[in-house]
Amino acid sequence: MIKKNVAELERGKSYLQLVWRKFKKNRLGLLGGIIIVILGILALFAPFFAPHDYYRLDADKAYRPPQRIRFIDANGKFHWRPFVYDMVMDVDPETFSRIYREDARKPLYIRFFVRSWEYKILGIRSNLHLFGVDEGSIHLLGTDRLGRDLLGRILHGGRVSLTIAFLGAGITVVLGSVMGALSGYYGGFVDMLVQRAVEVLQSFPQLPLWMALTAALPRTWSSLQVFISMVIIFSLLNWPMLAREIRGKVLSLREQDFVVAVKEMGGSNARIVFRHILPNCLSHIIVVLTISIPELILMESVLSFLGLGIQPPMVSWGVLLQGAQRIEVIGLYPWVISPCVFIILAVLGFNFLGDGLRDAADPYSVRRA
Amino acid sequence: MLLIHTLSEEREKQYLLEVKGLKKYFPLTRGFWRRTVGQVKAVDGVSFSIKEGETLGLVGESGCGKTTLGRCILRLIEPTAGEVWFTDREGKRVEITKMSPEELKGIRREMRMIFQDPFSSLNPRLTVMEIVGEPMQIHGMAQGKELEDRVRTLLEMVGLKAQHMRRYPYEFSGGQRQRICIARALASNPRFIIADEPVSALDVSVQAQILNLLEDLKEQLHLTYLFISHDLSVVYHVSDRVAVMYLGKLVELGDTESVYFTPKHPYTEALLSAIPRVSHKEKMHRILLKGDVPSPLRAPSGCAFHPRCRYAEAVCAQEEPVLQRVGADHYVACHFALELALRGVEADVCG
Repeated sequence: MIKKNVAELERGKSYLQLVWRKFKKNRLGLLGGIIIVILGILALFAPFFAPHDYYRLDADKAYRPPQRIRFIDANGKFHWRPFVYDMVMDVDPETFSRIYREDARKPLYIRFFVRSWEYKILGIRSNLHLFGVDEGSIHLLGTDRLGRDLLGRILHGGRVSLTIAFLGAGITVVLGSVMGALSGYYGGFVDMLVQRAVEVLQSFPQLPLWMALTAALPRTWSSLQVFISMVIIFSLLNWPMLAREIRGKVLSLREQDFVVAVKEMGGSNARIVFRHILPNCLSHIIVVLTISIPELILMESVLSFLGLGIQPPMVSWGVLLQGAQRIEVIGLYPWVISPCVFIILAVLGFNFLGDGLRDAADPYSVRRA
Repeated sequence: MLLIHTLSEEREKQYLLEVKGLKKYFPLTRGFWRRTVGQVKAVDGVSFSIKEGETLGLVGESGCGKTTLGRCILRLIEPTAGEVWFTDREGKRVEITKMSPEELKGIRREMRMIFQDPFSSLNPRLTVMEIVGEPMQIHGMAQGKELEDRVRTLLEMVGLKAQHMRRYPYEFSGGQRQRICIARALASNPRFIIADEPVSALDVSVQAQILNLLEDLKEQLHLTYLFISHDLSVVYHVSDRVAVMYLGKLVELGDTESVYFTPKHPYTEALLSAIPRVSHKEKMHRILLKGDVPSPLRAPSGCAFHPRCRYAEAVCAQEEPVLQRVGADHYVACHFALELALRGVEADVCG
């Protein structure tokens, strides 16, 4: 009985625990992970973080510049609570163009966990928001051409951009590893077929092909249909790279004694591939996953920026950047390119995360001295 | 081949494993159309048999086809020709090379293998529990708590502690890993085990432990071994009979004592002379073989050993010698087996 207790105590660490222990040591990887988690939360709970309904048009607020968060008012008086000044529209007497001026008469204190416009997340109705102001409005990143709150739109756009990337990369990984494993494990005719398919797909110039395929989607389709087709197009064009890598890995693993041992004990091919070979490719798969997610974020932005991808009223980071296509707009209202910052953050975050995981995903390589 | 026909039906019955004329030719292909340009005769007509409870040692240089032979018997490599007869648990003789995959799965329970490299033969991602339990899962022998108890027993049987169950292979030394491999081989209650150089990747001190473990297990569980090795002193230690292989063929087969003390094949003599000795009392009679092992792609004519044999004569290059009986249970493939007086080893050498 004593023996049994010892055995229970000596419970080994699971794979995830081992990966986490190693991953923790990589600072940059950890930073990447934190960025991704924050972006993910911001996007998922976008309405909660948005003080104003980002679908509401308001011509009086078009192209409003970002409001600064202040502690010291116009009279030099310090306030304990952060506040913003509301903006009032004015017309430039010389150019007759719109200018906004801060209304320094009354500070608008920022309140936390306020109740204002109603929204629905994951089926739950709520009107609770992280922050807001009692009267007037607060636009920390300014507004767009139609006077919609840019911060809210960026957070909301992150949903589409990140979902496309996650779904696309997920399908890519499943497709790529299955094709690669089949190709490497069975060899012969199957291998020939898969490898030729890979070569054909990879010999197309990537960008024009993506553009052609997304442009070929019918204009009459709803934005959800376009969204789903884009995910499918991304993953259909992206799997060859992973399939190649997995195939190489499988080819070398196939000859390892532990695989022969499974055959020797009577294990099926499915057991060999799914229990022994693919788990040993996991570090590879994770790395490819974290590399292809930022690629897909960028590709989605490029296509949507060009007007070929996601169609309004659906919002993605690329769609938001459409508003910054003209140089005059950027010159006059520089805040409209702020979605770029989020794209850069996401791409960097995933790359850091991938770097960290690359080292951590294979915790068994250390041999005890 | 000939050997088989000299045996009476009655004696055949007690053989656990019989290999008849086993061949494995690897085709050598070239070009886009995979034209066959040659064949590597890795195993070329090997016949032998193993009695129940016996250990047959298989020795030979690297590349002579020992491992291929072992894997062909288990059909891990499909043999080109030949028969492998196995007497299963119910005493029925079955032909392994003609079995369907389903039938083969049943027989894999009884014939297991221990691999040479304890580092590559364990999946680094599975715990010891999962590794040792896998054969039992595959054959539906045990589940859950029962499986865990059985793994625990097996680990203790091979000299590991039960609390090592949840650990991963990388946390073990080479010797411990080999013990895990042995536990895995024993998991399905086998009757026959092919040990493919089970100790050659280990330190000498650990080698002895593993060899003793294998001996003990054989006694306890009534196992039969085919023990493949290139280390003659190891083979002497464990084997009841010894088969010497050269370039895919058996050149000598017999009782360990008669092969070691009175070898009848010049190749065996040369191999035996290469066993390291501690004693300096007498001058070493080491026979240095000329050249390398010839490529199995272009095996020499006649006796494959003739280009390196110091007793070779004209007939050796022309005629291939057959395995003939030269003593009680001692067979040699040499034209001059009865004429040559070859040196064996002294009784104390192998200890």
